[in-house]
Formats: sequence, structure tokens, C-alpha cells
Amino acid sequence: MNFLIEAFQFIFDPANWGGSGGIGVRLVEHLWVSLLVVVIAAAIAIPVGFLIGHTGTGKSIAVIGSGGVRALPTLGLVTVIALSVGIGLTAPIIALVVLAIPSILAGAYSGFEAIDRRTIDAARAVGRTEWQIVTAVELPLGLPLLMGGLRSASLQVISTATLAAYVGGGGLGGFLFTGLRTNDYPQMLAGSILVIALALLSEGFFAILERVTVPAGVRAGLPTSVRARPSRSRATAA
Amino acid sequence: MIEFRSVTKKFPDGTVAVRDFDLVIPSRKTTVFVGSSGSGKTTLLRMINRMVDPTSGSISIDGEDTSTLEPVALRRRIGYVMQNSGLLPHFKVIENVATVPILNGVPRRRAHQEALTLLDTVGLDRSLADRYPSQLSGGQQQRVGVARGLAADPNILLMDEPFGAVDPIVRAELQVELIRLQRDLDKTVVFVTHDIDEAFLLGDQVVILETGGLIAQVGSPSEIMAAPTNEFVANFIGAERGKRALSIRSTGSGDILVDSSGRAAGILVAPTAPDAE
Ligand SMILES: Nc1ncnc2c1ncn2[C@@H]1O[C@H](COP(=O)(O)OP(=O)(O)O)[C@@H](O)[C@H]1O
Ligand SMILES: [Mg+2]
Repeated sequence: MNFLIEAFQFIFDPANWGGSGGIGVRLVEHLWVSLLVVVIAAAIAIPVGFLIGHTGTGKSIAVIGSGGVRALPTLGLVTVIALSVGIGLTAPIIALVVLAIPSILAGAYSGFEAIDRRTIDAARAVGRTEWQIVTAVELPLGLPLLMGGLRSASLQVISTATLAAYVGGGGLGGFLFTGLRTNDYPQMLAGSILVIALALLSEGFFAILERVTVPAGVRAGLPTSVRARPSRSRATAA
Repeated sequence: MIEFRSVTKKFPDGTVAVRDFDLVIPSRKTTVFVGSSGSGKTTLLRMINRMVDPTSGSISIDGEDTSTLEPVALRRRIGYVMQNSGLLPHFKVIENVATVPILNGVPRRRAHQEALTLLDTVGLDRSLADRYPSQLSGGQQQRVGVARGLAADPNILLMDEPFGAVDPIVRAELQVELIRLQRDLDKTVVFVTHDIDEAFLLGDQVVILETGGLIAQVGSPSEIMAAPTNEFVANFIGAERGKRALSIRSTGSGDILVDSSGRAAGILVAPTAPDAE
């Protein structure tokens, strides 16, 4: 309990916010690395996932590949890559991109897969090109699940980005590694709390995105729709 | 005119859905493919707009071999209506109806204007234009599907069990409307159903199919009813069970028609001109 109070004292002490190793800089570093990683991973995984979802082929390769990648210990990966590319941000960024790809990939293709085959068949039968099917039908209807994939990828990346500090890449992990070396548990705890806070912010952000990307017509069909409400109120009145 | 010439469709898994099929579908008439599930009706229909390509044989529209036509362009000039309406759930009714004209490059405003007129045509209130499909009843969704099929003013309208999923009362309503529409619009309609009564009601030409797209009989409803070519057809149209063999019976309150098992099937009235309302 004492550690926890001291940890919060560490966080709220203005003296700890300034400077190159301060909370402010490290927060920004951490966020920046996480954002960069998710953007790079998305740029790779989304087109591939859409292709898999649209054509329905290559899914088994993606599943096996993702399983393999998920089994890799990220710390080991960071170390191995750092040995060849050197100390700095490159190694953790590559390792985190590898970590983030499976979730985004799965979100992208499962969003397409979840669409009623008859809807897509009809879109083709009235004369849409394959590209128009992707952009006008599959993309808008698959967006919420893609957001779900981005959500879990971001969560993983934010929590694992603490490893960047291990190879001199900065970020909130610095408090953990410094604390560990100097037996400064409040500082370690403070670092963890800040990482958790970022993770929660990211969760909240994507939870909102997952909701707002559900197309209006689909939301209208859900049990909470305008049409379903009267029958429910009637049921409660009875 | 749509012509099938020795058309065979074998799917990759080895299923031969249609074997050596020949048929001429006359323009501006309704041709109905009727047969039990799996007889190849949908496959035949979808070969017309190249949603399915034949393994061998050819299909031509007004003398033009469809295999030489670009599938996307072909589909945009053929209306297609399917059982589950096939509407996009995230498009409003008006946007669904205006889909094909917009794909064809008609300006959005004009396409929407014309789509409103089409809602009138299929008997839907214009106030539904801004609803989403999930906010409509099954029957209303089917009407929207028909409106979308008509939107590009195609010469050919393909309908795959369009009224199969609505309740009998709504189905009867939709059937009557389709007959009215066909009289006004004069399209070449190719209609698929497994319901022989629906086939006889709507079809100028009825094609009775057996498994493998085998034609059991082709003819007008009256030709088929009067002279089923074989036992399969007789069975299929219900002649065997005496459902269509009606006779007059006098009752205290007047003459009625009864089927072979004695159930009342209708009354006898003086013939009316087909166009009289
Ligand atoms: N894409 C497909 N792949 C394999 N077999 C198919 C496919 N589509 C239809 N079939 C088979 O072809 C036969 C005819 O199907 P279909 O044309 O859908 O019949 P219907 O519309 O009369 O019920 C059935 O045996 C069906 O299982
Ligand atoms: Mg069918």
C-alpha cells in the first residue's frame, strides 16, 4: 500500500515531469512509438486482410502464420533484432509491428467474412465491380470488426512498448528498468501505472470507434432500434 | 429473345447442375422455370447475367453471345431480384433503388428523383425512402428489391423466388402487382419458383424442370394443364391427385366447382376479357 502511495507521489511530483528522462518526454515517446507501430502494422495487415476476406483464400496461411508469430517471445525478438540492427528504436519497432500484425489481420478479414454472403452476391449481381464491392459493401460493413482488431493490437503494443527502453529506445519502460536496477519499487510502480493509464485511454478510444463505425442501417436493425422499442415498452407495460 | 444452346454447367465439385439445356425465351413475355429444389433453376437464371458461366454451350441475348460481353456491363442492363431482397443494409431504401443508375453514371439527384417514382410504381409509400431495409417488413423489402431491379429500365428482369420468403397473403398481393407491372412495363421476365401455382399464375411460358436442368415440359399453362407429357409432369402439377380435375356440382345455393376429392375449389362465372378490371 505504501508503494502505491509513493508511486502516485512520484507521478504527481512536478519535478519528475521535466527533463529528458522525465514523465512528459517518456509519455510522448511511448505514445509516439505505439502510434508509429500500429500505423505500420495496419498499413501491412489491412490490405492483406482485405484481400483474404474478399477472395476467401489464404486464410489458413494467415491463421498458421499468426499463431507462429504470437508464440514468439517479444523480448527475445527485440534482443535478436537489436543484435543485428543495433541499439535504438528500430529493433523494438520491428518486434512490435510483428506483434501487432496478427490482431489487425484477423480484424480485417473477419470483418469481411462476417458479412452475409447473399448481400455480397447481390452487390455483384446488380453490376458492381470487385473494387466497388470492397469499397461500398465490405469496407463499411467490416469496419467495426477491423476497429476491434486495431483495439487489441494497440493494447498489446502499448503494454509491450515498455521493452523499447531495454535497448535504449526510450518510453515509459525507462521507469521500470531504472527502478529495477536501483530497487526503486515506487518508480517501477509509477511506470506501470502510467502504462496502464495509456492502455485504458486506448481501450476507451477504440471502444468508441467500434461503436460509431457500425453503419446506421445495421444499427437500426439491432434490438435497440426505433422499431423494436415500442414492442419492448408494450411488453413491460403488460 | 434469350436463347440457351446445349448449355451444360458442371461445378468444380463435380455437380452437374444443368445438362445439355436448350430453350428459347421469347421477348416481352414471362417465362417461369419451375421445379423442385436442386433442379438447376437458379443456375440457369444466373447464367443469363453471367453470375455463373456455362461449362459448355452458349447463351445469347438478342443474337449476341453473352460470353463476348463484359459481365459487369451485362449485369447493369439486366434487372435481378432475389429471394432475400439482397438490399444493402447500410444503404437507405432510396439509395438501394438508385444503385444501378448511379453505377451507370446518372447524376445522384436525378437517380434519386427517378427512384422515388419507382417507389410509386411498386406500390411503396415515398415516406419509406429514407428508411433502412432493416426497418421494413419482408414484403416491403421485396418491393424495394423489385424497384431496384427496374431502376435501370432493363429489357430483361431476372427473378429468383422473389416471393418465396413472404407470407401467403403478401405473396398473393405481390403476384398480382407483378402481373400489373408486367402489363404496363412489357419486360422480358424470367422467373424462378418451386411453386407450380405461382408458375401457372405468372407464366406465359412455363418450363418444368427435373434434376439436372432436364426439361420435363415447356408450354403455356393451359397446354401443360390440358396435356401433361408424362407422369412426372402430371405428378408435379397435381393432376394425379385430382387437384386440377374440377367438375361442376349443383348445390342448393348454386353451382360450384369441386376437385376429384369433392372439395370446393371455386365457382363458375362467365368469361371476362383479360384486360377488364
Ligand atoms: N456453386 C456451386 N457449387 C457446387 N454445386 C452447386 C453450386 N451451385 C449450385 N450447385 C448444385 O447444383 C444443383 C442445382 O442448384 P440450383 O441451380 O441452385 O438449383 P435450384 O435453384 O433449382 O434449387 C444443386 O445440386 C446444387 O447443390
Ligand atoms: Mg434456387
